[in-house]
Amino acid sequence: MFSRAYRTAITLPPLLWVVVFLLIPYALLFCFSFWSVSPAQTIVHSWTLDNYRELLRVNVYFQTVFRSMWIAARVMLFSLLLGYPLAYYLSFHAGRRKELFYQLVIIPLWVSYLVRAYAWKTILGSDGVLNTLLQYVHLTQHPLDFFLYSPFAVVLTLTHIYTPFAFLPIYASLEHIPRHLVEASQDLGASPFQTFWKVIFPLSIPGVVAGATFAFVLSLGDFLAPLLLGGPSGIMISNIVVSLFGAAYNWPLGAAISFCMMVLVVALLFMSERLEKKWSFR
Amino acid sequence: MVLTNTESASSSPAKLGPQTLLSIRNVAKSFGRTPVLRDISLQVAEGEFLTVLGESGSGKTTLLRIIAGFETADSGEVWMEGQRLDALPPYRRRVNTVFQHYALFPHLTVEENVGYGLKVARLPKEQSMSRLEHALAMVKMTAYAKFKPGKISGGQQQRVALARALINRPRLLLLDEPLSALDANLRRQMQVELKSLQREVGISFVFVTHDQEEAMVMSDRIALLRRGELEQVASPREIYSHPATAYAAQFIGQTNLLSGEVSGGAARCKSLTWPVKLPDGSALFSLRPENIRVAPGKTDSDSVRFRGKVIRQAFHGATELLQIECADGLLLSMRMASRQNYQGNLLLEFSPEDAIPVRKSQEAEKGL
Repeated sequence: MFSRAYRTAITLPPLLWVVVFLLIPYALLFCFSFWSVSPAQTIVHSWTLDNYRELLRVNVYFQTVFRSMWIAARVMLFSLLLGYPLAYYLSFHAGRRKELFYQLVIIPLWVSYLVRAYAWKTILGSDGVLNTLLQYVHLTQHPLDFFLYSPFAVVLTLTHIYTPFAFLPIYASLEHIPRHLVEASQDLGASPFQTFWKVIFPLSIPGVVAGATFAFVLSLGDFLAPLLLGGPSGIMISNIVVSLFGAAYNWPLGAAISFCMMVLVVALLFMSERLEKKWSFR
Repeated sequence: MVLTNTESASSSPAKLGPQTLLSIRNVAKSFGRTPVLRDISLQVAEGEFLTVLGESGSGKTTLLRIIAGFETADSGEVWMEGQRLDALPPYRRRVNTVFQHYALFPHLTVEENVGYGLKVARLPKEQSMSRLEHALAMVKMTAYAKFKPGKISGGQQQRVALARALINRPRLLLLDEPLSALDANLRRQMQVELKSLQREVGISFVFVTHDQEEAMVMSDRIALLRRGELEQVASPREIYSHPATAYAAQFIGQTNLLSGEVSGGAARCKSLTWPVKLPDGSALFSLRPENIRVAPGKTDSDSVRFRGKVIRQAFHGATELLQIECADGLLLSMRMASRQNYQGNLLLEFSPEDAIPVRKSQEAEKGL
């Protein structure tokens, strides 16, 4: 049907992309995770399971993974709690203002992530906006220092950054609900509350799952927010990987952690896809 | 808008009594600047099967949505059983709807769909179970109780939608072109089923369709809607045999529209003349093709005789539709039994009482 040249021409770019940006890096990562570092700070290219043993042996790695997941779980929860009502309002009740509100939700996405993280630093810091306000209204006498450099600051910042990511798929799934289903529910005597819980919410579950996955996975791998706002108690797993690849110069251990995280994320994405499929009916 | 005198002479079933259930009073509705309904007044009797018939854009669905509560009329009132219906939200009205594309909940099984109304009304379990079983049996869907709507056919979805609406024992059932998505055979079968079901449950039906044949087969009365105005409200027989307007005559069945001049008790159209009881002036008459016949040998003093040439013949199964050209150039359609080839010049006739005077509709009529 199509000439061989044409088929080659359209297959080559995606193939190159996959090989150069996915296969080679992941293969390298995989290999590194079984190598080691010599006392002379060179990479020893002989196979060993030492890196994975180290991961199981040292508690800090496990603790940090759990803390990262706990932070990501909270970000996911708060993003959904903020994103869902917003998406619901926009989809069902915003009327002619729909487009405007939609753009307002999207606009922050055009602003650099770094800028937004820094903004929270100036808000939460000891002479930041929040402390100044609290002192101004005489709620506190001295600046409170627990806002910044804590898991709280990380969760707050990540929630702010990732809520639009949770919002978008939820909004899309709500927009896809045929409006005559909502009318049918009302017609059969369901109050607006009943209609929401029995028809609208179940049909929006694929969007909720997708939004939750975005918020969780993106937060789990985040390293800028904990770096800028987390302090020692807010360190996440990516910070450890960064330092292992940097100052600590232990690429093999860093690669082992990365590889484990990648397996975890792929498993999550797989589960999320299963859930979405189970709840979609079109 | 004129409600014709046929309104009172409606053929609502006598056994159920003519008591008015729903009363639509002077309802008007516009979308933006486009008027969709103008001053509609219409009554639905207890146990009546009323069809709102109209072309797309005639406002029939809007009228239905106003009764259901999904649209609000700009003016006018809707009453049911001595209560303002239009003051209630859709979920408080004892009215249920069968939607055009059924609107079954895709995430619920057939059983859960049908039981939805009982569940949101928090009916006791035993009671709702028996009603559910009965409703599923009524539409012969018991075997499919655990299926999701995506797994059953269009006709089955239709029946589920019907059971889901009827299980709530509404006072009034609204049906928005529920048969339009079915193929022709299934549609005819469902017409019969729906009609007998309606007799069985004794609930008033307001049925919306653009299909005049469907309206004729099923309805006690037809309300013919055109551009947001009622043309005629009457029983199918009445509306067919005595159409009030040229539009009604043309929309329901086929007809010959004769534009004539009346003077001194006689109407004249080209070379045809027949006696009428109308004041002088111009008038429009509807003459059904089946009311023109080949003149028998003997002279019937009452009938109007004329000669015509067959110029076209269309086979319709049981009948043939002939195009006749009269000597004066007048073109007429006539319906004959399917027998043979009709050819050449024929001596034809019709009875004067079959030429029904109709009101002109607002703009130029479409030709035959």
